[in-house]
Amino acid sequence: MHIVVLLKAVPVVGTERLDGASRTGRGQLESNGNDEYLLEKALKLTEAHGGEVSLLTVGPAPALEALRKALAMGATRAYHVKDDAIVGSDIRATVAILEGAIRKLTFDLLFVGADTSDGQGGVVAPALAVRLGMPYLSYASEIEPAPDGSRVTVHRLSPTGYDVLEAKTPALVMGTQVLGEPRYPSLRGIMQARSKETVVWSLGDLGVEAGNVGEGAATTRVLSAAAPPQRSGATIVKDAPDAAVQQVVDFLAARRLI
Amino acid sequence: MTDRLSEDQRALRNAVRELADERIAPRAAEIDQTGEFPWDVVKLLADHDVLALPYPEAYGGLGGDLLTLCLAIEQISRVCATSGLILAVHELGATPLMLAGTDDQKQRWLPDLAAGKMLVAYAITEADAGSDASALRTRATRDGDAWRIDGSKRFISHGSVAGIVAVFAVSDPDPAAVKAHRHLTCFYVEKGSPGFAADRLEHKMGIRGSPTAELTFHGVVVPDTNRVGDVGQGWDLAMRTFERSRPGIAAQAVGIAQGALEVATKYASERKQFGRPIGQLQMVGAMLADMATQTEAARQLLYAACDEIEAGSPKAASWAAMCKLFAGDVAMAVTTDAVQVLGGYGYITEYPVERMMRDAKITQLYEGTQQIQRLIVARDLLTKRD
Repeated sequence: MHIVVLLKAVPVVGTERLDGASRTGRGQLESNGNDEYLLEKALKLTEAHGGEVSLLTVGPAPALEALRKALAMGATRAYHVKDDAIVGSDIRATVAILEGAIRKLTFDLLFVGADTSDGQGGVVAPALAVRLGMPYLSYASEIEPAPDGSRVTVHRLSPTGYDVLEAKTPALVMGTQVLGEPRYPSLRGIMQARSKETVVWSLGDLGVEAGNVGEGAATTRVLSAAAPPQRSGATIVKDAPDAAVQQVVDFLAARRLI
Repeated sequence: MTDRLSEDQRALRNAVRELADERIAPRAAEIDQTGEFPWDVVKLLADHDVLALPYPEAYGGLGGDLLTLCLAIEQISRVCATSGLILAVHELGATPLMLAGTDDQKQRWLPDLAAGKMLVAYAITEADAGSDASALRTRATRDGDAWRIDGSKRFISHGSVAGIVAVFAVSDPDPAAVKAHRHLTCFYVEKGSPGFAADRLEHKMGIRGSPTAELTFHGVVVPDTNRVGDVGQGWDLAMRTFERSRPGIAAQAVGIAQGALEVATKYASERKQFGRPIGQLQMVGAMLADMATQTEAARQLLYAACDEIEAGSPKAASWAAMCKLFAGDVAMAVTTDAVQVLGGYGYITEYPVERMMRDAKITQLYEGTQQIQRLIVARDLLTKRD
């Protein structure tokens, strides 16, 4: 079984900064949280059933750090789409680039996180499924491939519990943190990660026209962006539980919240 | 600062720091309060190959160099000195084996140590022989293909939880042999050997989760195949071991100091008196500046010492002594000042700095007191070299 996991390198949560053009700064990067849950699931599945996990990212050079960590966690290899022309791409262009890369790969399952902590568009997964003409299984809380790999069963979270979906492979599965906490990389994994294969692709390798991506080709414009106002005036209750509960209840009652 | 570290070293350090921050730090206060050995931390370190760091790859280890090992000890000790010591002792106890063991002996024990399935301890100190190792009394007597060990050891870190213990015993009590430092031989004694017991634990000021045991040997029969190094080579082996283990204690000390500095800095930026954060008061700000400077100086000396020792410096013993001496004193001073910065809050268990101050003290005592380190440095200075 070959599982491809889309992994985006996002600004380290809590350190995000906007540049003058309202673009998110890409200095210190880490793996997007939602993507790590899918990676963890992919690793567990291949550990149980055999197979390989490939990572695919579109991002600048520092994204390599996030790929290295994911390789240290146990992924087999990484594909890194890197091209200066990509800077400023909108979601449409991002999907086109990803599509180009995915079409070069043969796989059984494509795992995509629900959204990313920087862009939060949340449409890459369904858009890719449409472009690739693939079954789309969303909000997975459980993923189980058939023993022969020809089908996959997914529990899809619903307001009342979960729906059980089944699809032929190759299929695209979108998931969230319900899949389980990602592992810490082992030190042995970190040392082995360096010697694992990392394939770098430019737009030309994917047959994607540079003119169709990047800021110039963007169909959406960010008109403005602002940092949220600093929160202040928090009341921290440090008393013993009984006294603390009373204070919290009084606080909420005074504001008619309970 | 990070430029002197390789990409691998940075990655390994960061991974250990993440583990320490997220998984060990929340346990530190409880480990100190209960005084119970944290087997959960042993498992955590084993599961993530941290315990494999000191051992050669051929025996299931990661073949980490001394600096990489120290980076890991530093990061763990930053949040919990007891847990940092787990890794330091794991190296200390196995170093005689790595330095002088045969391939058979290494095959026998190192894979289990690397996998963290077994812990190891190092037993040289006795009740009446601390700094003066010539006063050791534990005897090893030849008995055909085996040896009989009689005596007792005291202040042995991990003595009660280790599967094997490196025991240094007197194989030749002749005064001439003692004078020539040919009186000691090193044996690995396995837990469960008849006559070997690790019953009594010390009640300590700091590193309270780390069991410090008294070991007794009543006619313990040890096969000659458990002897590591030549007969009479024990002293030399013990001293060469300290060249590689004292940096580990220096790393523990740097970690403790760094941890205390971070708590004090955060507190000084949040605690308000006279209408502003106390860090803005010059007297407090100056303390923080001195603490940071001392900690960084100790760290840089440690990193340089590791590189020198790994490169085979003829002054390895001196480098090891200097970094432990300096870092131990820095840890004591910085943690004491951290308590001062926190004032009354620093003196109570609500904040971790009182624990760090108690933990720091041991780094001035074990693996040779600060006085012994000075002796080593002075002797080296005054030794004539060709």
